[in-house]
Amino acid sequence: MTISLNLNGQTHRVTAEPGTPLLWVIRDELKLTGTKFGCGVAACGACTVHLDGEPVRACQTNIEDVEGAEITTIEGLSSRAAAAVQTAWAELDVVQCGYCQSGQIMSATGLLSENARPTVEDIDEYMNGNACRCATYQRIRAAILRASEIMEA
Amino acid sequence: MTVNTSRRGFLQTAAAASAVLVLGVRPDGVLASGTAETTMLTPFIRIGADGRVTAIVKHFETGQGPATGLTTLIAEELGVTMEQIGYDFAPSDPQVYNNLMFGAFQGTGGSTAMANSFMQYRQAGAAARELLIAAAAQEWGADPSVLMIEDGVVSGAGKSAPIGDFVAIAATLDAPADPRLKDAAEFKLIGNAQVRRKDTPPKINGTAKFAMDMQLDNQMVVVIARAPRMGATVTSFDDSDALRITGFIRAATLPNKAGVAVYAEHTWAALQARDALDVQWDISNAESRSSDQIRDQLISAVNADPEYAITATSRDETAAKIDGAAQILEETFYFPLLAHAPMEPLTCTIEPLADGGIILHDGAQTPTGPHMALSQILQLPMEKIQIKTMFAGGSFGRRSTPTADYQVEAGLAFAMTDRSRAVKLVWSREDDIRGGYYRPAVAHKVRVGLDSAGEITGWDHRIAAQSIMKGTPFEGAFVQDGVDFSSVEGAADTPYQIPGRFVGLSDVAKATTVLWWRSVGHSHTAFVMETMLDIAARAAGRDPVAFRLALLEGGGSDQARLAGVLKLAADKGNWGKSDPGRSQGIAVHKSFGSFAAQVAEISRDEDGNVKIEKVTCAIDCGLAVNPDVIRAQMEGGIGYGIGHVMRDEITLTDGEVDQSNFPDYEPLRIGDIASIEVHIVSSAEAPTGVGEPGTPPSAPALANAIAVSGPRITHLPMTSGDVGFI
Repeated sequence: MTISLNLNGQTHRVTAEPGTPLLWVIRDELKLTGTKFGCGVAACGACTVHLDGEPVRACQTNIEDVEGAEITTIEGLSSRAAAAVQTAWAELDVVQCGYCQSGQIMSATGLLSENARPTVEDIDEYMNGNACRCATYQRIRAAILRASEIMEA
Repeated sequence: MTVNTSRRGFLQTAAAASAVLVLGVRPDGVLASGTAETTMLTPFIRIGADGRVTAIVKHFETGQGPATGLTTLIAEELGVTMEQIGYDFAPSDPQVYNNLMFGAFQGTGGSTAMANSFMQYRQAGAAARELLIAAAAQEWGADPSVLMIEDGVVSGAGKSAPIGDFVAIAATLDAPADPRLKDAAEFKLIGNAQVRRKDTPPKINGTAKFAMDMQLDNQMVVVIARAPRMGATVTSFDDSDALRITGFIRAATLPNKAGVAVYAEHTWAALQARDALDVQWDISNAESRSSDQIRDQLISAVNADPEYAITATSRDETAAKIDGAAQILEETFYFPLLAHAPMEPLTCTIEPLADGGIILHDGAQTPTGPHMALSQILQLPMEKIQIKTMFAGGSFGRRSTPTADYQVEAGLAFAMTDRSRAVKLVWSREDDIRGGYYRPAVAHKVRVGLDSAGEITGWDHRIAAQSIMKGTPFEGAFVQDGVDFSSVEGAADTPYQIPGRFVGLSDVAKATTVLWWRSVGHSHTAFVMETMLDIAARAAGRDPVAFRLALLEGGGSDQARLAGVLKLAADKGNWGKSDPGRSQGIAVHKSFGSFAAQVAEISRDEDGNVKIEKVTCAIDCGLAVNPDVIRAQMEGGIGYGIGHVMRDEITLTDGEVDQSNFPDYEPLRIGDIASIEVHIVSSAEAPTGVGEPGTPPSAPALANAIAVSGPRITHLPMTSGDVGFI
């Protein structure tokens, strides 16, 4: 089937079999590789993208279900919350191997878009589905709090 | 020769514009320089006429920090800012880019990246500085001793100009053999906690390229249908259902019959086609044991006479000292198989070149291994194979195997094609969890005697393990008199001055392929040493910190440094002064030349479930080159250690791995550890490892905290016993 995808503000015509996860269309068809493959079963969050502003796992989102929706990947992030998150991530040098970090940043941006002043408990709950095998969690938590400060300033 | 001055002026400018000063070490070890166009050298430093400096980083970057650390060393000695220097990963060349601790072998492991590069990269930076100063001195007719380089600018003798202006001349000069290195007092970047990671910018905007991100125009994606049990072989397969999948190309049995390679136009088609494939396996020679049997076998081995005696003290001498003691303490420990589960599943891409050679695109931890393996599989001379090292999405040891396992799979899959298209091998998470390269299962049994004053009289320590090194090409280097030292490191060589100590080892046949896993043998020996010392201290009625310090008193440097981190962690972690309702545990361990101590503090809910409130860590890794990277490695090492002992194990049923993905091999999550605080000991000693040393003390510190008001944990993971976590 051929589908029209609205991704990062641009329209793409893509051909894919029904049931194809959005993840593989983004990575293998559109060659946007910032969105990562980690588990394929929505258990790690590395493939997190925004669908109409809400974080979703692209590995469990079928391509036929996203026609007409506004999709944002790490490459297309541009909101005020996203800028604050990326600034805080750089200030605190959150990353280690970096493979999960696109997903972490997509989720953190989702959290701050919903709740500009999250508590530590809010962060731990919201970010629970984003695994980091390097265990950069201390810095992720601190960077989200820092991003919240940046947004208030 | 007549030179037209105006033409000469033009040539000079042109040469300067295109000149690139390269500086490195010749195969004979002598520092040498030359231009990129003419030199046969493979450099550590490239400097363009625009003054842009590029460090050639010989270690792979999997988050542990060499892209920052090795550039820091060069920037410091050369005299440029961290903004003026970039980096490239080195090509595969074991003569030039070898790990100085590994011989003629290029690779990263054993937490050696900084330790083996510290002098080498500083010397390269210093030689470049002296060359550029000599060039400026020549250009200006000045005395080089009055010139200096700071922030990328040469100055002195009343002049100043950016280093790029002197690259063309510097490239024609002989590099100094013994350049002057800066004194520690002159350091601006080494030891500076404000230095930021060089790899942060591409990793926060999605532009960082990992091997999984290879997207060549002509590539095929290959996944392998692997044997459900180790040692099973393919007898036949039926691909009629796979043929209905759009994008499926073909399937073919690997020459070693270990699996079926599924070729497709893209990843999703490959994964689907593999699911649709019906493979028949010959399991007659396959592993058929279950993990309970493996555990029983290991535990019987520690209850029998050990195969190898490692200490000078004999078993009988030790037994005599324990048998007459006032108190005898005895515990048996069991550690399960563990997967590494790096965030990026294993992958690499083989790209064919027009001349018949190939490029391997890989998050290459030890390039020399796959380089040699691919040379054999593809019947190509080494020089026809290039390795381009990309960012690696975690490793923890997994991307380096004695067999170059996944690169060999890619090579076999590529060799079964006409070699006209690139082959990208992709592992799924299921392949990774079930992939059979695990931290070995290990058992320990320890008997300790205490006299009436609470002093240790004897310590009998038996270990039974699946050897990592035996049967691999590394056997010669790591196994001596039958003893695989990686099975006993951290116990056999403990710095504690324990009287009457015997250590014995028995090898138990492997159920699966086993591999080094972050901190290798220390991942179990530290747990046993630190748990037994805790048990002994409490049985003696002594404070666990004071008890340990007494065993370190009056020793040498190792004992003093262990005592140093122990005291620092106790002090910063408010040892003995926790809030009501909380318990503390402590552990300290030396590994990879570094000394780490941790205090774990826990609370419990009304049902007794454990909440990890805080881990306070003290680390002495010699001179702290990048303090913030060291902090990050301690945070990560602690998380990696604790996450696994909380709830992870790989188990087998009739030879098949029971786990398959993160839902049943649950990673540490953000809420599992409320806070981690790291304190770095100020030291002028040579830098040592940081990637692994944070891991060993983390699990016993937690177990010791739990034991204060809960069960004594001797079998892992903790949740397999009576412990629950919030």
